[in-house]
Amino acid sequence: MNGQLHTISVLVEDKPGVLTRVAGLFAARGFNIDSLAVGPTSDDGLSRMTVVVHVDRKPLEQITKQLNKLINVIKILEHDPGEAVERELMLVKVRAAGEDRPRVMEISTVFRANVVDVTRSTLTLEATGKPEKLEALLELLRDFGVIELSRTGRIALARGDKGIRERGARSKVAAVGAEEWTGGGV
Amino acid sequence: MKVTGAQALFKALEGERVDTVFGIPGGAILPAYDPLIDSKVRHVLCRHEQGAGHAAEGYAWASGRVGVAMATSGPGGCNLVTALADAKMDSVPIVAITGQVPSPVVGNDAFQEADICGITMPITKHNYLVTDANLIAETLREAFHIASTGRPGPVLVDIPKDVLLQEITWRWPEEIDLPGYKPTTKGNLRQVRSAAKMIMESKRPVLYVGGGVIKANASKELFRLAADGRLPVTTTLMARGAFPDAHELALGMPGMHGGYPAVTAMQKADLLVALGTRFDDRVTGQLAAFAPDAKIIHVDIDPAEIGKNRNADVPIVGDAKDVIAKLHAELTRQQEEAGGVPDRSEWLLTLESWKQTYPYRYDQPADGPLKPQFAIERLYEATKGDAIVVAGVGQHQMWTSQFWRFSEPRTWVNSGGLGTMGFAVPAALGAAAARPDKRVVAVDGDGCFQMTAQELATSRTENIPFITAIINNAHLGMVRQWQELFYEERYSQVYLSYDVPDYVKLAEAYGAIGLRAEHPDEVDAVIEKALSITDRSVVIDFRVDQREMCFPMVPAGASNDDIIVGPEGLRPTNEPAEAPVA
Repeated sequence: MNGQLHTISVLVEDKPGVLTRVAGLFAARGFNIDSLAVGPTSDDGLSRMTVVVHVDRKPLEQITKQLNKLINVIKILEHDPGEAVERELMLVKVRAAGEDRPRVMEISTVFRANVVDVTRSTLTLEATGKPEKLEALLELLRDFGVIELSRTGRIALARGDKGIRERGARSKVAAVGAEEWTGGGV
Repeated sequence: MKVTGAQALFKALEGERVDTVFGIPGGAILPAYDPLIDSKVRHVLCRHEQGAGHAAEGYAWASGRVGVAMATSGPGGCNLVTALADAKMDSVPIVAITGQVPSPVVGNDAFQEADICGITMPITKHNYLVTDANLIAETLREAFHIASTGRPGPVLVDIPKDVLLQEITWRWPEEIDLPGYKPTTKGNLRQVRSAAKMIMESKRPVLYVGGGVIKANASKELFRLAADGRLPVTTTLMARGAFPDAHELALGMPGMHGGYPAVTAMQKADLLVALGTRFDDRVTGQLAAFAPDAKIIHVDIDPAEIGKNRNADVPIVGDAKDVIAKLHAELTRQQEEAGGVPDRSEWLLTLESWKQTYPYRYDQPADGPLKPQFAIERLYEATKGDAIVVAGVGQHQMWTSQFWRFSEPRTWVNSGGLGTMGFAVPAALGAAAARPDKRVVAVDGDGCFQMTAQELATSRTENIPFITAIINNAHLGMVRQWQELFYEERYSQVYLSYDVPDYVKLAEAYGAIGLRAEHPDEVDAVIEKALSITDRSVVIDFRVDQREMCFPMVPAGASNDDIIVGPEGLRPTNEPAEAPVA
């Protein structure tokens, strides 16, 4: 895949069709979404999407500008790697019969995963953490046989004391020559 | 006051000071057509929803106000799709109102149901499905605000039938709240200063003017900037009329079929001041070879256009009117400080010599065949340019843009970005409805004309007359030209015929006057006759030389340096790889 992995937080109005608008924009401009997570925020009527895309710097800029043009998009924040807390939740059903069972349990403990369902032949684990940690866990579990897997996709918050609405949208003011970058709509 | 949703719709339209709506009724929109009878809003009953959509566009192009189209659910809305996509590409402010099947059956594959919001999401600036009649007025206010501000564009409002019938207490929302929509209109002064400085330092500047200047009503500001800064001006297809063609600093249209002076001035420039324009591929040719020595000042209201195709050295986000006025003031100040306009006489002389050496040209033999350019040029002369001219898409469009000498904004209406054949007749209808004081002339191709000619019926029954000059070369002319140039003259599916249909008879069948000219001698008399008729539409069938090609031409994908000025400049292309794709 081309380009780098970027995590973008998009604060949107909780209106019908907004997910389609955002996802459709990525598709229309030819970008693959790596993951997309949506949920409510502490503000009534606002939702937050976390979108992960593989893309180069320049097309990423175009994508964020186009996203900004969506009427229901209030704010966009691109997370610089290391400057954000990124987490994901995963549910994984793995074969764990006989001798394998204690070994799976042991791995699960190391990764601080919880067993949330048990059958005679399987264990279902719930794990949270950085995406890399989940990848590592998954890699080990593959040896036993992964039956089913469900991941939430990444969510992220920028480090520091500011919320997304107080943050300037990068250094866009200088980048685009706006008197005042209001961060939304054209 | 208790009103129905449908009544609220018309009260809201009246509140937005809408005087004209173009549309066709149908099942789901039926409730809206009842209060229409009592409304001040004029409804122009079109013959096809696509026609209604383009008419709304023509209205917006000619007047600068929001055009409105109305249609029913399903096929009605679907027929608006082309017009919406066209309006999106060309930033034309229109609002489309569609009926939807009743809310309880939405999603049920009901009769005439289509998810029009889903369908039009990528081709509108925004769209709405109204689920409660209490929201109709507010939604309409938002729709008009979004359509007409920032970078203009189409907005669709879909209203289910039961919502139109729902009884509510009328309330006009004084304010609307769109937290995610705050277009930047004021240009940054520091950037403007840098831009002015860059202009002062430039030896070979060119103003590259796009449709945004017309949308922003910034022609006067542009004129002052160009005249006081002695800056030569190119006006793109979307910007024809933004700057008078007769002015000594006017270089005309750049691009694939632009003039040599405009195309080459941009190639040789050391500075392009791009104003409300988007470095479209029809203008730049091969992007990597476009204006290789030029620094770029890019002014646009849409930040996404800046740096999209070409990096800007000085980006300025803002409304063209505001930014150009500021740039003029700042440039004037810097010029005064420097003791005058920098000496660029050599550059201006070069440009002038190109204008003398490479005008648009064609050869009209006295005994025929009739050349399309001749017909268009005579039409221009006869109207003295005092008309709104509308074009479809193809050769006739390019020739009209080339040979019509524009002097005012909003006198040119055409389909640029989407290249929508069939645009001209309905757009002329819309322009004529918007400007009954003006003569409206559609120059159309025979291929285009047949796609939307039914709106001639609308013209007759609604008494909205205009002239349509069909440049009839019996072909899909531009495609034919490409097959001649790039496909070894293997003509495939481009022949339409001169006389099927008989355009004169067709015009008469629609209640219009039909005229025909086949020989250069007949042209002036036919035009004179057409211009003498003001009470009904006229269709002129100009039967022109089918072999005439549109030049200059920069083949698609080629560098603008490789401009072909005329047929003598053609070289054979036997290498299939060289045959460009459209």
